[in-house]
Amino acid sequence: MSDVAQSQVSHGDDGETRRDFLTLTATALGVVGAAAAIWPFIDSLNPAADTLALSTTDVDLSPVQVGQRLTVAWQGKPVFIDHRPESEIKAAQDVDWRTLRDPEPDSKRVQKPEWLIVVGVCTHLGCIPLGQKQGDDRGPFGGWFCPCHGSQYDTSARIRGGPAPANLLVPPYKFTSDTKITIG
Amino acid sequence: MPVTGTGRTSRIIRWIDYRLPFVTQIEHELYEYPTPRNLNYWWNFGSLAGIMLVIMIVSGVVLAMHYTPNAEMAFDSVERIMRDVNYGWLIRYIHMNGASMFFLIVYIHIFRGLYYGSYKYPRELLWMLGVVILLLMMATAFMGYVLPWGQMSFWGATVITNLFSAIPVVGQKIVTLLWGGFTVGNPTLNRFFSLHYLLPFIIVAVVGLHLIALHTHGSNNPLGIDSKGPQDSIPFHPYYTIKDTFGLMVFLIVYSIFVFYMPNALGDAQNYIPANPLQTPPEIVPEWYLLPFYAILRSMTFNVLGIPSKLIGVMLMFSSILVLFVVPWLDTSRVRSATFRPIYKKVYWLLVIDVLALGYVGAHRPEGIMVIIGQLGTFYYFLHFLVLMPLIGKLERPRPLPTSIGAAVLPAGAGAAGGN
Repeated sequence: MSDVAQSQVSHGDDGETRRDFLTLTATALGVVGAAAAIWPFIDSLNPAADTLALSTTDVDLSPVQVGQRLTVAWQGKPVFIDHRPESEIKAAQDVDWRTLRDPEPDSKRVQKPEWLIVVGVCTHLGCIPLGQKQGDDRGPFGGWFCPCHGSQYDTSARIRGGPAPANLLVPPYKFTSDTKITIG
Repeated sequence: MPVTGTGRTSRIIRWIDYRLPFVTQIEHELYEYPTPRNLNYWWNFGSLAGIMLVIMIVSGVVLAMHYTPNAEMAFDSVERIMRDVNYGWLIRYIHMNGASMFFLIVYIHIFRGLYYGSYKYPRELLWMLGVVILLLMMATAFMGYVLPWGQMSFWGATVITNLFSAIPVVGQKIVTLLWGGFTVGNPTLNRFFSLHYLLPFIIVAVVGLHLIALHTHGSNNPLGIDSKGPQDSIPFHPYYTIKDTFGLMVFLIVYSIFVFYMPNALGDAQNYIPANPLQTPPEIVPEWYLLPFYAILRSMTFNVLGIPSKLIGVMLMFSSILVLFVVPWLDTSRVRSATFRPIYKKVYWLLVIDVLALGYVGAHRPEGIMVIIGQLGTFYYFLHFLVLMPLIGKLERPRPLPTSIGAAVLPAGAGAAGGN
């Protein structure tokens, strides 16, 4: 019995056998196969095709007056549209943006200075900041104020105080005409 | 013992037992299982937790028969349970308040272990399995709270899942994966329902391992010394079955007061408002049993070494539970029970006060003095486990231990006789 086993295993110079090689390659292939089999189950948790299909929103800006703020839903999230008056634009441009927590000039956050368009989800833990309605607390920087943990945003929706790490996100959007945009 | 009888029932039991030794096993663990004779009422909370797990699974399975896991219908289906389903209000209030009772019991059970050194050799794995159960319970409770799809369900889910966005590079991808969309929504509700039904059965499995580990070396006891012979122990049944039953009756009175007289006292009124993804409630607070950890999460208001405060807060919150895994090795004292450890005993109560203070901070807006108390509390929490525990074990001079359990608790002379 042991003779047969001996003859089937050819010993290499460094003591490794054919069996070691086969065990290694079979295990490696098994791991790859298992990972490939698991992936569909994990990926099934990602947004489904119908969820992705709802990924753009068209907005008509013409009824929004100067100084008015509008909230629209995009991918289930609120998008803040601010028709900024001259004073708000000036406040956003005048600050030395290099000293801010998430340094970004106002010009990189807008396509047209009078229209600020940002995702209205606080970058801290996902609450919706106040400031869209008349009489809301807009915080000390005149932009938005998150009631959950006290993050303060300025008129360019940049983070200026509180725990949030980043500015409100600017969604991808384009002007399809002078007064119409497509978000997404 | 039933297996020794000669009647027909005994013969059937014997026939089964010969092939599947279930009865023998139960007898072995219940009748013959030697238990320290000096266990006090703090030892009731293990079996109470087990009973609570059963109550939660039974009430939960029935609730699932009436509940609809769909974002459009979930809130209404819960209201239907409350108003139209026969005894639906009772079953839901049992389940809802049961979660609070379960955590109350488990927290007492954990602090019992910390006081009497139940995590020390040879019960390290027993303790670590307990921490696994705690983590599973927290995940289960969190997902269960999302199911009624009220305002606090939705925004609690939003805040907690957003914690993962603090992970560098892949954070946002992980959050999208958790949500199955771009916000908390119907796919999130569906998967939370599925997991909320699954996890309790995993908890049952881990509880099984917890019990196997427990019965391998037996219960610790208030003196923290090993059993040295038959005079130190008594059979679990009937002595502790009756003690546990008495404790259960007292507990059920407390539980019933909540279920029947103040069923919403521990909940948040906001959760009776249907979820609105476009309107954050004025304040988001978790259920009371997660408040200390919420306070630790929010304690970080400044960056450290360029790491954003949000990420550190998340890491601290998870560490506050993960640190429990290494407590058996952080505590360097060989004496188990705090009864014989004059310094540790005081520091232990400081930890209790610290955790209660953190819970208080977690329930309030992070403003002014609350921020400072939260930061001090968080600092002390980690100081306790990472510095005081190892240090006190080395520096402290414990009081002399009794020679045996029997000698300590039986009247003089009776210890040697082995009691009754």
